[in-house]
Amino acid sequence: MAEAHTPALLLQGAVYLGAAVLAVPLSKRLGLGSVLGYLIAGILIGPWGLGLIAETETVLHFSEFGVVMMLFLIGLEIELDKLLELRMPIFGMGGLQVLLTIGLVVALGLFLHLDWRLALVAGMGVAMSSTAIAMQVLAEQGVLAQPSGRSAFAVLLFQDLAVIPLMILLLVIAPGTETASGFHMDWFAITKAIALVVVLIVGGKYLLRPILRYIANTGLREIFIAFALFLIIGVSILMTSVGLSMGLGAFIAGVLLADSEYRQELELDIEPFKGLLLGLFFIAVGMSVNLPLIMQQPWLVLGLGLGFVMLKLVLLFGLARAFGHKSQDALLFALTLSQVGEFAFVIFNAAADARIFTDNTASLLNSVVAISMLTTPLFMLAHGVYLRKRLNRKSSSHDAFEEQRAVIVAGFGRVGQVVTRLLSSVGQPPTVIDFDPNQIDLMRQFGHKAYYGDITRPDVLRAAGIAKAKLLILAIDNAEDALETARYVRKHYPQVTILARARNRSYAFEYMDLEVDFVRETFAGALQLGEKVLTELGYSRFHAYRTAWRFRQHDEKLMWASHPIRNDMQQVVVNSLRMRNDLTRILTEEQQGDDKRERINQGWEQVGRTEADRS
Amino acid sequence: MAQRVLILFSHPYAEASRVNRALLNAVLDLPDVTVHDLYQHYPEQMIDVEHEQALVAEHDVLVFQHPLFWYSCPALMKSWLDTVLTFGWAYGDDGDALRGKPWVHAITSGGAANVYQRMAYNQFSIAELLRPFEQTATLCGMPYLQPFLTQDVNQLDEIALQKRAAQYAAWVQALVDGDLPPVVHTAHAPQVDFLEGA
Repeated sequence: MAEAHTPALLLQGAVYLGAAVLAVPLSKRLGLGSVLGYLIAGILIGPWGLGLIAETETVLHFSEFGVVMMLFLIGLEIELDKLLELRMPIFGMGGLQVLLTIGLVVALGLFLHLDWRLALVAGMGVAMSSTAIAMQVLAEQGVLAQPSGRSAFAVLLFQDLAVIPLMILLLVIAPGTETASGFHMDWFAITKAIALVVVLIVGGKYLLRPILRYIANTGLREIFIAFALFLIIGVSILMTSVGLSMGLGAFIAGVLLADSEYRQELELDIEPFKGLLLGLFFIAVGMSVNLPLIMQQPWLVLGLGLGFVMLKLVLLFGLARAFGHKSQDALLFALTLSQVGEFAFVIFNAAADARIFTDNTASLLNSVVAISMLTTPLFMLAHGVYLRKRLNRKSSSHDAFEEQRAVIVAGFGRVGQVVTRLLSSVGQPPTVIDFDPNQIDLMRQFGHKAYYGDITRPDVLRAAGIAKAKLLILAIDNAEDALETARYVRKHYPQVTILARARNRSYAFEYMDLEVDFVRETFAGALQLGEKVLTELGYSRFHAYRTAWRFRQHDEKLMWASHPIRNDMQQVVVNSLRMRNDLTRILTEEQQGDDKRERINQGWEQVGRTEADRS
Repeated sequence: MAQRVLILFSHPYAEASRVNRALLNAVLDLPDVTVHDLYQHYPEQMIDVEHEQALVAEHDVLVFQHPLFWYSCPALMKSWLDTVLTFGWAYGDDGDALRGKPWVHAITSGGAANVYQRMAYNQFSIAELLRPFEQTATLCGMPYLQPFLTQDVNQLDEIALQKRAAQYAAWVQALVDGDLPPVVHTAHAPQVDFLEGA
């Protein structure tokens, strides 16, 4: 009956959400990160924990959409040029990683006299890393844009691609399959898959944008969200229907929309779904940890889990070093990808279906995968502690945040460095925080006081002496984190003056809301460039400087005027057009020497002329 | 009716200037007095002419407060005069925006009064040195008033400085009340020496 059915679903939902709400903040507080919190919550409520939820399989399938959406969002962030740039790490590092991992596991299996099919499938599974965990970790560490992060991303992408041939390979090696018919099937499947990808790319390029524009023009936000979800789910279903991975489809859809005007809107709309579904996914993974099985053979499961992780760690580290990463980067890269990923579940279950091994073996291997996933957050925790220790030990004196200074500079990149040097040169050296260890090492060599830490964390802010600081300068690259920090500091330390670097106009508006003073990060440079252009066009240097200054005054005025109406695009446009006309009039009059304007710059010369006219 | 007084303050290192800071602080909160710190407002020395002209239009008396730099005013104040006092606005056939508004300096100098004398160390009196300003005011139809001089500033101890600041506040208050210092004409004066008045 319907009444009996609906409450069960709601009850499950309540259990999931409740577990997440209980476990995740606790885990974050303990510094273990959100992933571990979700996993533990899953173990607790799962069939082998408290047994609140029985069916793990469906949940796992459903929640895989979290990973799919994440890949879509990653796709949105990537432009095609960038993807081409990553060719080398994708195929070089990714290919070698997958092949070497499979090879090593098979060799190990054969050495232990296991069935070669079992060893091969195990190798295939182990070669996969968890996109969900790795991307989460990379994002939390803020290293997505850095060499190690990009390499990790490239390898993950290759693994995603590799699932296709591996799944086909499964069918080939399945006992009882005729080799010839197996190959026959493959070619058909491959053709279908390629055809679909081509259709997606062409369709995405020429159809998607008009559709999105049409829907956006209706002004119904929920329909826009609905279409975005439909798009992701639809593409995913299409991809699975030809044997490709759902994530790959979502990724392609994302890349196709990356340079469209809807990118930001889509990102904002999908983000909350992604977060929740990813959480659900981790919970489901936690639930699939088969506790009784582990209790039966604890050493086997734990040993296999840790063994695989160690194997991957060594291999990945070596690979990263071979591809020219510094050992610090290589370590982070290896740690990030060391776990066995969600595709392993897919491969193992498919292998069980194809009777390559028994359901029991699949269950055992699945638990091993889940165990390996537990290790990553713990590794990251240890890595953080190690980094802090190493950096503070290396610091010239023993003053880890002991000395509190009036100015805190968050972020030691292009902007932070210049500000720090300027301040140091007037005898006001700031406390500098960044979470790129290499950067900190480098700046310490130049004698600056720099500390490793994530500025968005309240404890780091406190340790840096925010309570007694006069000024906080937000120069970190991640605009969202900067804004978040500004909000937090505004709320809890209102006496601290914040100076921020605003990425663009919309961030500038956010800072205006907070009454935080800011500079637009590329504005001054762009103005200087414009000034040089004017000089090249024949303006005198002073005239060019003055014109650029006038433009700036005008632009700042325009921004303040747009602030209250910024959500009404039409008004903003009308207002800017009006003000732009004003500016053009003023500047061209100045240039063409309109009588009145001319005299502003000529001043007293007119006196003589008037006197001469009179006499 | 109260006269609205605009103090156009020019000092490139105002935070380091003990005397000018003290004088300025004494008048910051006086009603009907606007203090306009030029170097603070235009760190790039680019003057917004329209803004300045509007500001002048809102006031009845212009006070130029500045240290004496090389027998003249700091560069930004000169730039202010060069750009704001435009033909057709400040002078010329239709230029009567300033007509009748008194112009007066409040000057600090390191040297004592006796070095600014004929035949003395600096050879000229301050009134003579300020003649370009006097003529500018005259051209714009502005009464040019006897300045408020604070001299020998390095010898001013804290008590004397506070006293001087109080005197300055009283002097500015007198401007607000319409109780103006005498007008100066040096062109036809036999001896250019009006300095002891303020």
